[in-house]
Amino acid sequence: MNQSEWPLWEVFIRSKQGLDHKHVGSLHAADATMAIQNARDVYTRRLEGISIWVVESQHVHASNPDDAEAFYDPANDKVYRHPTFYQVPDSIKHM
Amino acid sequence: METVEINLEEQFQARIDADIRIEPKDWMPDAYRKTLIRQISQHAHSELVGMLPEGNWITRAPSLKRKSILLSKVQDEAGHGLYLYSAAETLGASRDQMLADLHSGKAKYSSIFNYPTLSWADMGTVGWLVDGAAILNQVPLCRTSYGPYARAMVRVCKEESFHQRQGFEIMQTLCEGAPEQKAMAQEALNRWWWPTLMMFGPKDADSPNTEQSMKWRIKRFTNDELRQKFVDMMVPQAEFLGLTVPDPALKWNETKQGYDFGEVNWEEFWNVVKGNGMCNKDRLGARVKAHEEGAWVREAALAHAKKRAAKAETQAA
Ligand SMILES: [Fe+2]
Ligand SMILES: [Fe+2]
Repeated sequence: MNQSEWPLWEVFIRSKQGLDHKHVGSLHAADATMAIQNARDVYTRRLEGISIWVVESQHVHASNPDDAEAFYDPANDKVYRHPTFYQVPDSIKHM
Repeated sequence: METVEINLEEQFQARIDADIRIEPKDWMPDAYRKTLIRQISQHAHSELVGMLPEGNWITRAPSLKRKSILLSKVQDEAGHGLYLYSAAETLGASRDQMLADLHSGKAKYSSIFNYPTLSWADMGTVGWLVDGAAILNQVPLCRTSYGPYARAMVRVCKEESFHQRQGFEIMQTLCEGAPEQKAMAQEALNRWWWPTLMMFGPKDADSPNTEQSMKWRIKRFTNDELRQKFVDMMVPQAEFLGLTVPDPALKWNETKQGYDFGEVNWEEFWNVVKGNGMCNKDRLGARVKAHEEGAWVREAALAHAKKRAAKAETQAA
């Protein structure tokens, strides 16, 4: 890698008012302003968004897929967290 | 108790067989990573170099409408290149290295872009045939096993159908126009038909990596299967336009419910791949020139960003 490579940014786009920003991809830019402008050109050429977030990729911390089993396992045996775990008598309405 | 050697490679293949996507931080065989980096970056290079033959006509488009459309199409191709470079970067490839490999001639791009675009009808033919072939190649890749690649391809495919339709519309306009215009369309088809068939790559028998790639689901149809689909799709469209496909061996085969067609000139194909096509030098030259002439902009933008960041820091202190 030579020294002139611009940092990498992750791009998140809100497709319409009321929805979450969603990760759409990444791009290189010298700074945040340029990253947002480039994201506009690369990811919203057909009205795909009304709001853009950019985060420098080096600031994103991710869980490790190798730990997935142990990491998510605590939720495995807690079926009582779901409403379907409970039996509601037929005569009870609005629950 | 015997120690059980967990075979990572077997688990990996089992995930692929179950159609579970592989994501950047997941374990993957080195060969899978390398093959994907090569395939995705080659694809990105093709999008980038693919802008040049069409860029050639932007200033000479016959109307403002055609010029705006062509500009948009070329801009899309730049976007496709960017989506794909980003996908390759998730595998650990660096953008600078990929570009350096393109510019040094080490990396390949689609041979089709080493043919010249000689008349306005070439803009129609390129959109209709070349983007048409690209769509056939790309649609199955929306279901490819590597997540970031598949997601990039979904974006690309959404944008490609406009490319093909605008090309077909140019052809239709020419074919319904004056005899000279129709002749221009036919002449362009004559030049582009065979090179387009070459876009699907060598014959299956000469494509030793196909089997592994299909197993990894980074390729979902063989070269010959896609070529056959393409011919079956395009011949009726050429007939609609009143154009003749330049292949005397072309004939409907009732038993296979598809067309029989002549043999591609493979010598020409390999020649272009090896760098001896009509425009290889021009295309690479234009890429390298643009890259070198943009170097000071990239450096200045970086220096400016660093200076501003430093200033913000001293102000905060
Ligand atoms: Fe494209
Ligand atoms: Fe295209």
